[in-house]
Amino acid sequence: MMRSVRGAFLAATMLAGLSITASAQAADSIKVGGLATLEGAFTVLGQDGLRGLELALKEANYTAGGKKIELVKGSSDATPDSAIRAARKLVEQDKVDILVGPLSGDEGVAMRDFAKTHPNVTFINGSSAAQDTTLRSPAPNFYRFNTDGVQWAAGLGDYSAKTKGYKRVVTVAEDYGFPYSQVMGFMLEFCKAGGKVADKFWVPIGNKDFSSIIAKIPDNIDAIYVALGGADATNFLTQYEQSGGDKPMIAGSITVDQTVLGAKGKRRSYLIGTPSAGPIADTWDDAKWKQFVADYKKAFPDGLPSPSLFAHAYYLAGKAMVEGLNEVKGDLGDGEKKFQAALAKLTMDTPTGKVSLDKNRQAIADIFLTEVVEGPNNTLMNKVVKVIPQVNQTMGMDEAEFMKLGPASRDNPECR
Amino acid sequence: MTIAIQDTAVRSPANVALHGRIAKYGLLGLALLAYPLMASDFWIVQIGAQTLFMGTIALSLMWLGGYGGMVSLAQLTFAGVAAYMVAVFGVSNRPDISLGWEWWAAIPVALLIATAFATITGMLAARTEGIYTIMITLAIAVAFSLFCRQNYAIFNGFAGFAGLKPPSLFGLDLRAPLPFYYLSLAFAAASYVGVVYVTRSTFGLALQAVRDNPRRMRAIGFNVYAHRVAAYAMSGLLAAVGGLLLAWFNGRISPGTIAAGPCINTLVMAVLGGMVHPIGPYVGALVFILLQNFAIDLIDPERFNLVIGVAFLIIVLASPDGLVGLWQRMTRRRPEGGSSQR
Repeated sequence: MMRSVRGAFLAATMLAGLSITASAQAADSIKVGGLATLEGAFTVLGQDGLRGLELALKEANYTAGGKKIELVKGSSDATPDSAIRAARKLVEQDKVDILVGPLSGDEGVAMRDFAKTHPNVTFINGSSAAQDTTLRSPAPNFYRFNTDGVQWAAGLGDYSAKTKGYKRVVTVAEDYGFPYSQVMGFMLEFCKAGGKVADKFWVPIGNKDFSSIIAKIPDNIDAIYVALGGADATNFLTQYEQSGGDKPMIAGSITVDQTVLGAKGKRRSYLIGTPSAGPIADTWDDAKWKQFVADYKKAFPDGLPSPSLFAHAYYLAGKAMVEGLNEVKGDLGDGEKKFQAALAKLTMDTPTGKVSLDKNRQAIADIFLTEVVEGPNNTLMNKVVKVIPQVNQTMGMDEAEFMKLGPASRDNPECR
Repeated sequence: MTIAIQDTAVRSPANVALHGRIAKYGLLGLALLAYPLMASDFWIVQIGAQTLFMGTIALSLMWLGGYGGMVSLAQLTFAGVAAYMVAVFGVSNRPDISLGWEWWAAIPVALLIATAFATITGMLAARTEGIYTIMITLAIAVAFSLFCRQNYAIFNGFAGFAGLKPPSLFGLDLRAPLPFYYLSLAFAAASYVGVVYVTRSTFGLALQAVRDNPRRMRAIGFNVYAHRVAAYAMSGLLAAVGGLLLAWFNGRISPGTIAAGPCINTLVMAVLGGMVHPIGPYVGALVFILLQNFAIDLIDPERFNLVIGVAFLIIVLASPDGLVGLWQRMTRRRPEGGSSQR
C-alpha cells in the first residue's frame, strides 16, 4: 500500500514532466519569452516594460514574417539568480524561440552569460543598461537595441561644466552596475571639460538614512550629481533639504521622474534648472514621440501617465524582433542564423529616432539632454535642451582608447 | 533491530518494518536514479537537481528544528558562507580577490569555514529558546547578507562572484545536466543517510531528549548546551554541502541569493514538507520549486505569487505537520495497532 502510493506519486511526477516537455510548438507560430521584474522592488517598472513589448506586438497584430507570435511571460525579482531561473524555464521548458529581457543591470550581465549556453536561441535585451553586457566578452546571440547607462549620460557632463558652470561636484549613487555606468558616462565629459569630482558616495539600493552621507558632503562644491532611482531619490532629496543643503542637483537618467517632479514647496524651486540626460524625454515635441505616447495611453489606460524608459526599451526590443522576423519571413531554421544576421543589420526608425547596432550588437541611438523647467499649470517638466545624435557605446572615442579606461566601478574613473 | 524514527514508537514486528523499509527505499532510489532517463534537461536540473540541493539545505533546518527543537532562519546563510568561501578560495571571475586554489583544497576549507560559522551562530543561538532563536538567527542572516553587500575587499559587494564552476573530474563536466543531477543526488542521499544515522546514535537520541525535556537532561548530567551547539555544527555542514551545489547551479553567488526572503523560503520548504521526517524537506522543496516555476503559467503573470501563497496556506492549514504528516495520517488509517502519534 505504502509502496504503491509512493510509486504512483513518483510516476505521476515523471509523467507530468514528460507530457509538458512533449508539447512541441507548432511550426506556424513563434514563441517569444517576455522577462521582466514582476516581483520585488522594481515591480512597477517591470510591468511597464512588458507593456512596451506588448505595444510593439500589438502594432504588428501579433504576427511577424507571416507567423503568429505567442508571448509567454516570465518574472524575476531583479536578482541575477532569479532572472536566470526564469530564463531557463522560458528557454528550456517553454521552448521560446526568442527571449526578450531582462530589466535590470546585473541581470543583463548574467543573461549574456546564459545566452552563450544556448546559441540557437536569440536573446534581445529588455532594458538592462550595464555597459559590460555588450562591451566586454559579448554573446554572439545577445542583441541590445537600447543604449546603455554610459551612453545615457551623453552631453550631461559637457552641459554641466560649460553651460551651467559647475567646476567641482560630488556624486551620490546606488552601489551596483547601472549607476557605475551612469557616473562614468557623466565623468567622461565632465572631467574632460575641466571639472573635478571631489568625492563619490555609494549607497545600497533601498537606503533609508542618508544623514551620514549628507554630513560628509563638502561645502566647497558647486553641485551634486545624483544617480538614485525611485524612493531612494525622494528620500535623499527630502533629507538633504531638511539638513539645509542647497547645492544644485545634476540628475541621472532615472532620478527625476514624475514622483520627484510632483514635489511642492521649497523643493519645487530647488528642482528647477536640474539637468539630466537619458534615452527618452517625456515632453519631447516630436510628432513620432507624441504618437508613441498616445498609442501607449490608448493601449494601456491603466498604465503610467507617460511610457517610462523601461516601456520604451522593451518596445524597441519588440519592434526590432518584429522587423527582423519580417525580413527573414519568419524563418528561424538553422539555429536562427538568418534571423540573427537580419537583426545585426537592422536600422530602425523609432519614436526616439534612428536606432542601429554596432559590431557588438549594441544600439547606437539619440540621447536627450533635458532640464527641469516650470511648465503650464504650475507643473514641473523635463524640457529637451538638446538631442545628441547617434551616440555610440564608446561615446565617440576611439575604441582602443575607451577600453583602456577599464570597466566602470566604484573607483573608476577618478578626477579629484 | 529496533528502529525508532524520531519519537514514534516501533509499531510492528521489527523485521517486517525493516523489510518494508528496504523495499521502499530501494524503489525510491531506483526511481531517482532512473528519473533523468525520461526527463528533459530542464526537468533534470532546474526541477530535479534544484530540489535535491535545496532539499538538503532545508534538511539542515529540519534536523535542527525537528530533532533539536531549534528553528533557525540562518541555514541559507551557512550555505551562502560555503558558496562565498569556495569563490574566495577557488576560482571566480574576480582573480584579484579569489585565491585560485585547486578544488580539493578550496572545497574542504569552504565547508570547514561554513561549519565553523554555524558553530559560532549555534553558540549564540543555543542560549535562547523558541521565538528568540528565530530572531537571533534571522538577525545573523540579514546582517551577513548586508555585510556581503557592502564589503568589497572579500565579498565583492552587490555583484558578488560569478564564474563559479564545479571541478571537472576525469574530463567530466560536472555542471552538465546529467552529472550535476547525479552529483546533487549523491550529496542529498549522503546527507539524508547521515541525518537518519545520527538521529539513531547516542548523540541523536540525547539531542531529541534535550528537545523534549532539557531540564531533566541537565539534571541527569547531560551538557544541554554542548548538544545544541553540536547540532548547529552538523546543520552547518549539511547546509554548506547544499550551498556548494547552489553556487555551482547558479554559477554565481551574490547577496541577493542569501537575503532575508530566500532564507525564509528555506523555512517554508521545511514546513511544507513537514518537520517530522527527514524526507519532508525534500518533498517540501519539490512542491516549492514546482510552484515557483509553474505558478506563473496558471494565472495572470502579475499575480502568480498569490497562487504560491494560497497553496502554502492550504497545505499548512490542512496539515500542520506538512505533506509528510498528511501522508502519514492517510497511510496509518489502516488497522495496524499503531495509535501512538504525536
